[in-house]
Amino acid sequence: MKRTLFRNQLLPWLLLAPQLIITFVFFLWPAAQAVRQSFLREDAFGTRTSFVGFDNFKALWSSAEYMNSLQVTAVFAISVTVLSMGLSLLLAIAVDRMIKSARVYSTLLVWPYAVAPAVAGILWWFIFNPTIGIMPYVLSQLGYNWNHISDKGDAMTLVVIASAWKQISYNFLFFLAGLQAIPASLREAAAIDGAGPVRRFFDITFPLLSPTTFFLLVVNIVYAMFDTFGVIDATTEGGPAQATNILVYKVYFDGFVGQNLGSSAAQSVVLMMLVLVLTVIQFRYVEKKVEY
Amino acid sequence: MIENRPGLNLLAHLTLILGVCIVALPVWVAFVASTHGPTDFMSGTIPMWPGPHLVENYSRMLGGGLSTSGTPPVGTMMLNSLIMALSIAVGKIAISVLSAFAVVYFRFPLRGLAFWCIFVTLMLPVEVRIVPTFQVVADLGMLNSYAGLSIPLIASATATFLFRQVFLTIPDELTEAARIDGAGPMKFFRDILLPLSRTNIAALFVILFIYGWNQYLWPLLITTSSDYYTIVAGIKRMADAVDGLPQWHLVMATAMLAMIPPVVVVIGMQRLFVKGLVETEK
Repeated sequence: MKRTLFRNQLLPWLLLAPQLIITFVFFLWPAAQAVRQSFLREDAFGTRTSFVGFDNFKALWSSAEYMNSLQVTAVFAISVTVLSMGLSLLLAIAVDRMIKSARVYSTLLVWPYAVAPAVAGILWWFIFNPTIGIMPYVLSQLGYNWNHISDKGDAMTLVVIASAWKQISYNFLFFLAGLQAIPASLREAAAIDGAGPVRRFFDITFPLLSPTTFFLLVVNIVYAMFDTFGVIDATTEGGPAQATNILVYKVYFDGFVGQNLGSSAAQSVVLMMLVLVLTVIQFRYVEKKVEY
Repeated sequence: MIENRPGLNLLAHLTLILGVCIVALPVWVAFVASTHGPTDFMSGTIPMWPGPHLVENYSRMLGGGLSTSGTPPVGTMMLNSLIMALSIAVGKIAISVLSAFAVVYFRFPLRGLAFWCIFVTLMLPVEVRIVPTFQVVADLGMLNSYAGLSIPLIASATATFLFRQVFLTIPDELTEAARIDGAGPMKFFRDILLPLSRTNIAALFVILFIYGWNQYLWPLLITTSSDYYTIVAGIKRMADAVDGLPQWHLVMATAMLAMIPPVVVVIGMQRLFVKGLVETEK
């Protein structure tokens, strides 16, 4: 906290005004609307709205489609997180061994961060295109008939790969920073005691890396749940047969395409609570990190 | 490195080379596709080496666009993306730097409430409250405008926290010295705080520029007039609009053009980019 302060009373409000006005108009007000809307139901013609209590939420809970979407989101988020973090950790460990070439490799690995999720989706959609793509051709040589337009598993694999690919650079940078923060003396001591590289990794490196790993776990789950809208919309649009219809996509689809405002608002409220939980987890972790 | 193990070094290099190739694969394929003519996609698999149509495809997209899909020339869409990305980056930095200054250097009633209001925005990504936000912007008559594209996205708790962190590390002696010399708050802000946070502002700018450029859902919803299409949102329309087979060579040329500006920013300003990434996550 600052000891020296300025004494004006009006000035701070003027300085805060732009941020507060935008926050109120575009964040708090719409969020309040979503909460209000989630307790209302419009009739078929949109002329009358009535208060229905928790009916919209109850309807979600008993909707097979929503339960499917929850499950799809969980599978999707876990797959993206595991795939992307696994590959990035491997690459970060390899770069950590390098002395001269570390910078060159880093540069070659960080740029996908800059690619928009929607563009990443289009790129992989093209590679996996059943008629002209390379991957289906390679897979057919191996005896697998790839078709993400009709096969649920293939569609999920495609969106997972596209989303994980984009996130590799982010995870790589944080893992590399985490690895480089581990004192070399610890690993040297273990080496002198006769521990081989594998043993050193599991007994020293990996435990000391756990704050980074935990932080990335939360960030990746948030990414997979909320930032992958572009990937889904540019490729599968939730299909085939709801196989890739993750929660954020469903909110948009039910609200704008399906025009089911009450249900979409209830879904918004559920999602906001999810973000709230994830943010709290992230912040508690950050507080701990400060104490280290 | 702890000990010299040539075998492991070789393995590490092989892993990295393979990793770099996997990471680069989709972009290489897109680049190759963007250099071919339309007939090269009819016969089975896509080619793996660049063809002769590079200049022709790119100049066609930049100047003319795909008339069949109702999208404007890619040049126009890139300009829209640039305006949007710059407005978001500059806007976010401007309002966050001011509000962080207010929160750190003043004590006033309801300061906690104000801080809390900003904090809440962390929990409300635009995707989760998309329908009511769209409603507000429509009611304000901001559809199809640059203001509608950028202003709703510029409130940011992350940037405010970052500047708050930076300001808290600036020694009190500087503030005292400035006050003894008779400087008011705004003069202190302009002549001392801003210059001292220059690198933080630059690092944040890199991150926010990429964030703004890569926006997808928001521009897709609020632009119905093709004059305001951004390139990232436009590609989808292009890949969709042509019935049956999209013209892949042109779609991929557009995808390349959509990627080039942010990728150049990341590679060209790698140090600032890494700094910005690490700082915004603290």
